[in-house]
Amino acid sequence: MKLAEIKRALLLLVIFMVLLTVIYPAVVTLAGRVAFPGKAGGSLIQQNGVVVGSSLIGQPFSEAKYFWPRPSATASDGGSMPYDPLASGGSNLGPTNPKLVSPDPGTGEVSGAAKALRDSGVTGPLPIDLVTSSGSGLDPDITIEAANVQVARVAAARNMPAPKVQQIVDDHIEGRWLGFMGTERVNVLELNMALDRAG
Amino acid sequence: MQNFEIYDLIEIAALLAVLLLLVKPLGSYMARVYQGEKNLLSPVLRPLERLVYRFAGIDEQKESGWKQYAFAFLLFNGLGIVFLFLVLVFQGVLPLNPQGLPGFPLTLAFNTAVSFITNTNWQNYAGESTASYFTQTVPLTLSHFVSAAAGMAVVIALIRGIARRTAEQIGNFWVDLTRGVLYILLPIALIAGIFLVSQGVIQNFSGYQQARLVQAQNRNGAVTTQVLPMGPVASFESIKLLGTNGGGFFNANSAHPYENPSPLTNFVEIALFLMIPLALTHTFGRMVGNTRQGWAILTAMLIILVVSLGAMYWSERAGNPLIHRQGIAGPNMEGKEVRFGIGGSTLFSAGTTATSDGAVNSMLDSYTPLGGGVNMFLMLLGEVVPGGVGSGLYTMLGFVIIAVFVAGLMIGRTPEYLGKKIEVREMWMSVIIVLTSGISVLIFSGMALLLPAGTGAILNPGPHGLSEVLYAYASASNNNGSAFAGISANTSFYNLTLGFAMLLGRFLPAVAALAMSGSLAAKKYVPPSLGTLPTNNLTFIGWLIVVVLIVGALTFLPALGLGPIVEHLIMIGRK
Repeated sequence: MKLAEIKRALLLLVIFMVLLTVIYPAVVTLAGRVAFPGKAGGSLIQQNGVVVGSSLIGQPFSEAKYFWPRPSATASDGGSMPYDPLASGGSNLGPTNPKLVSPDPGTGEVSGAAKALRDSGVTGPLPIDLVTSSGSGLDPDITIEAANVQVARVAAARNMPAPKVQQIVDDHIEGRWLGFMGTERVNVLELNMALDRAG
Repeated sequence: MQNFEIYDLIEIAALLAVLLLLVKPLGSYMARVYQGEKNLLSPVLRPLERLVYRFAGIDEQKESGWKQYAFAFLLFNGLGIVFLFLVLVFQGVLPLNPQGLPGFPLTLAFNTAVSFITNTNWQNYAGESTASYFTQTVPLTLSHFVSAAAGMAVVIALIRGIARRTAEQIGNFWVDLTRGVLYILLPIALIAGIFLVSQGVIQNFSGYQQARLVQAQNRNGAVTTQVLPMGPVASFESIKLLGTNGGGFFNANSAHPYENPSPLTNFVEIALFLMIPLALTHTFGRMVGNTRQGWAILTAMLIILVVSLGAMYWSERAGNPLIHRQGIAGPNMEGKEVRFGIGGSTLFSAGTTATSDGAVNSMLDSYTPLGGGVNMFLMLLGEVVPGGVGSGLYTMLGFVIIAVFVAGLMIGRTPEYLGKKIEVREMWMSVIIVLTSGISVLIFSGMALLLPAGTGAILNPGPHGLSEVLYAYASASNNNGSAFAGISANTSFYNLTLGFAMLLGRFLPAVAALAMSGSLAAKKYVPPSLGTLPTNNLTFIGWLIVVVLIVGALTFLPALGLGPIVEHLIMIGRK
């Protein structure tokens, strides 16, 4: 009786394994490959035949001529750099942790990022997303405010008129889905690549 | 001060509307499936179902009593744990491992095997750097399906116990398991998986991609490439959510753009983990022949869920005053993704902790003290609003029985529920169902806080550290699996204690639910009389909410007070 039950359990595991871990993923993979090959493959962006990134995964930018993304915790999570997809994750710093925000200027993740922005000439209130790290450490987007406060710096570094840079930013705004879902945002990698193309 | 965005409120309302519209069709469909009636998918799936029975030697006509049902349930889960453990330990020599990842260490393999089979999906490892494609697709995907179907089988058996009169049998575990997988989980997961691919969730078996960085980095030498992990994510993702499993393909879980690329996928993913637990209330109503009973339970669940979500949303929107003081404006975005914003993030978090899904799209450790406290509170209630697939409803039914009994004592009426007298045995089982997780949380957390092996893993200082430990055991004992992820829990101490907490929190209540089913099934039907307490009106809904809150609050108020509430006072009071 008990032995028969054990046999049943094992056979059921075997047939479920075939159905759920071979056939099911294979069907999804096949459907993806046929209908949405680019998306199934990671939404890769190519330039002259070379993969330069994914439109879904952020990249690190620190030079003045590029728009900066949000801080990323992947470097402190054991990654080789900020925005290292092999070490995805957030800072996990609690809201009162001095490593996140401390009264001493320039220490802590938030204050450090704020100082870099102030040094680059940003005045007025800083957008919160530019000084906090995302949950994935790979956030490809920044808010519109976060892009706007960087326009002057980028324009100066590129010797481009600010309205032209602003125009490129505006062209890259992605709205809310159906007008209400999510946040209005700008994809930093795509924006920076558009700037490089514009000169 | 206006502390909300109108778009967020529309998104929350839209999600609730979608879910409510699904309750009736999905709930009725599941009732038909478990009662073996003809349904929408019978023409396609019935032959497959027969094939499964023939292959495994299952006689679908043969039902069993609760002891044999429980034996089959435990046996299947036990074998599942052993199988998973072996695969994890020997991952290095198994196929589909293009990155050449080694096997899991023993205690981590134990923790992970228990975690996935108990539907907890606590992860002390990072998927992209630890688990091979074989591990992710074969044993982990398999456990996503079967742990969910096993939880559903238990609640269906309990419902049968309530519905049947003077019966000995409560069903056939193998049949319930198979039907849950074939008719409910597989079709929805398949459609959702393909949809997710269409929105950018990756699905392939390629090796990791090298991308040439647009701006090279200087860190201990020049870094010029970004390595993009690949994998069959979409097929994993859809069942991870649908089955309220929650274990991520990647370390960042559903915050990772390859798991959750857009506001729309976020919306769909939230709907996926809430749809079955909510619809099961209607399945219950259908199977006991009184759908208003199902709606009553659903209403109680939704009221607690929506109020909790509101509190969390408000707290996250208000943000962190310590940050505001530095000339920075905005809500609490630490650990959250821009594309989801506060609305999409808190909606996901409230849903995930309320359903025992445990997937996260934002890092809970970085929530404001009260926002994070709400997450913990939703788990500590015992995962009942609406809770995990199956487990949520059987735990809620435990609360219902207690509510009926206490109300009966207070107003001097016979405690009975749906025509069944509630007696000592049912009360014992209900108390076990309802209190096991709480006792487990408090004992294990106390242990961890007293031993250096426990306190050494804490990342954040002060009351937040207490919250991290408490959250870990609350998550494990309630089979949720989400984490205040700052805690470095991949140590032998945490791997083992969390593993035991998960085993206790899953199997003791499940077996108690089956035992209660057996004893209820054997009872005679007592027709409702003037002395019967109605269990489908607003008074009872309110009373049920009170009972759930009292058990949750009384058990945990001191701990919540020392963790999130003290931290909140520190945050707003610090100079």
